[in-house]
Amino acid sequence: MTDEILTTDMIGDISEIGTGDNVVTNEVAVNDTAECNNADGRLQTEAQGNTVESADCNQSLSDDNIITIEHLGKTFGEHVVLKDIDFSVRKGDVTCIIGPSGSGKSTLLRCINLFEEPTSGRILFHGQDITNTKNVSQYRRKVGMVFQSFNLFNNYSVLGNCTIGLRKILRIKKAEAEQIALDYLKSVGMDAYVKAKPKQLSGGQKQRVAIARALCMQPEVILFDEPTSALDPQMTGEVLNVMQELAKSGLTMIVVTHEMTFARDVANKVVFMSDGVIVEEGSPQDIFENSTNERTRVFLNKENEK
Amino acid sequence: MIKILKEYYPLIFQGVGYTMLVAIFGTIIGLLIGLLIGMYRTMPTPKNKFLKVLKKIGDIILSAYIEIFRGTPMMVQALVIFWGFALLNDGQTLDVTGSALLIVSINTGAYMAEIVRGGIISIDRGQFEGAQAIGMGHGKTMFYIVIPQALRNILPSVTNEFIINIKDTSVLNVIGFAELFFQAKDIVQETYQTFATYLLIAIIYFVLTYSISLILRFIEKKMDGKKHFTILGSQSDRADVVAANSGGEGND
Repeated sequence: MTDEILTTDMIGDISEIGTGDNVVTNEVAVNDTAECNNADGRLQTEAQGNTVESADCNQSLSDDNIITIEHLGKTFGEHVVLKDIDFSVRKGDVTCIIGPSGSGKSTLLRCINLFEEPTSGRILFHGQDITNTKNVSQYRRKVGMVFQSFNLFNNYSVLGNCTIGLRKILRIKKAEAEQIALDYLKSVGMDAYVKAKPKQLSGGQKQRVAIARALCMQPEVILFDEPTSALDPQMTGEVLNVMQELAKSGLTMIVVTHEMTFARDVANKVVFMSDGVIVEEGSPQDIFENSTNERTRVFLNKENEK
Repeated sequence: MIKILKEYYPLIFQGVGYTMLVAIFGTIIGLLIGLLIGMYRTMPTPKNKFLKVLKKIGDIILSAYIEIFRGTPMMVQALVIFWGFALLNDGQTLDVTGSALLIVSINTGAYMAEIVRGGIISIDRGQFEGAQAIGMGHGKTMFYIVIPQALRNILPSVTNEFIINIKDTSVLNVIGFAELFFQAKDIVQETYQTFATYLLIAIIYFVLTYSISLILRFIEKKMDGKKHFTILGSQSDRADVVAANSGGEGND
């Protein structure tokens, strides 16, 4: 059931995704509830038999939430990394997660992608609990990821890196896959380098290819795990520009970053984490200018001094 | 020595043929066995209890296979398998060539399994995660991303195994397999030219192994690919190549 919803609902050009201002009026809420029921007949019947399910469905979809995280906790042995994390991401949101090193930002991101198995709580994707989903790969297609260390496939060219997923996972024919890949490579300014191998590129170029690779799968949301932390200032600029363009195009993004300027200018929601908990979340203005929280201010002051 | 070669070249060629047949076949099948075992052993532990137990049993059987075949001489393995089969089938023996191929393959497989495991471990965790992040499962991640890179890394060890196999087929004379060394013994029995014959055979073995190591080194170079790439639409697109790492020069 989960799979069906995923496939029918979620394939769509990123340019179509999100128009930015999604004011939740009553009318929208009603429409979305209807969509929730229509999306899968079985969901409806199940929801009728179970009021909790039905409430969930209404709540999450009426907010247009792609990802909802409820009471998420993660421990490595004795070490508690995440404690009772609650947050949600709406279509078109650009969420920046900031905070000191070791505060659990990356672990949270890796939990969303199920690279780390949450120890408690659950993650909902379009209202469906995917925490223990059998088909992890199917889910990951919809949730792209860009890594700090790029992780381009060393045995493929730039073009091959972008087409391999299209061809072997989405089963798209070679010529068509190459066209799609070229379009996305163009959008990150790397179309001239299709023949290069990853090891022949600079860090910034690699990261832009990695972004194109994630875009090729046409995910609903892309997770960025400190995408510029391994880059020098010039390359960081290249990559942040690309990400800013993506944000403008309406792509839903969750970005773990140390780039405060990016968080302030591009994000529409900033989450400040410290010691495994979300200390504060709100608009960039709420966090960067009007925060009254002691920990947030100490952190931001330190960042400003850099 | 030349006289021996002139007189007995059909026998010697036959020996070379059998030796190479078993070495090539055994190395390739052994590598395949190694790859399969490598993929199986790096599989994520299943969540399902029953599958978990099944996987564990598989792991135990595989490590028993590896340890036993690495831990006993191939000559003894050959004798045990050959005569063991005969004992179980009322004296009916296995085809000699067939058992030679079988023994070398499974023996090599045991070594290859460990070599492949080393190769897979050598691949950065990020390659797995990159593949999983675009929705590849374990099989596809292995087949398209990890194994090709691991193969390149283990090629020197595979060459090693290949060369060892060429030489070690000589122990198969114990089950009467007509490889090079077996033929040499025959020739010695007829000519009594012990030194000349064995020296000749030694030279032939060396020529075989050295050619193999040259061929595989050539393949390694091929696998590494070109050091240069073309930036499309740049001037160098016409002038053909641009040195690697000249990153920022592209137009756009």
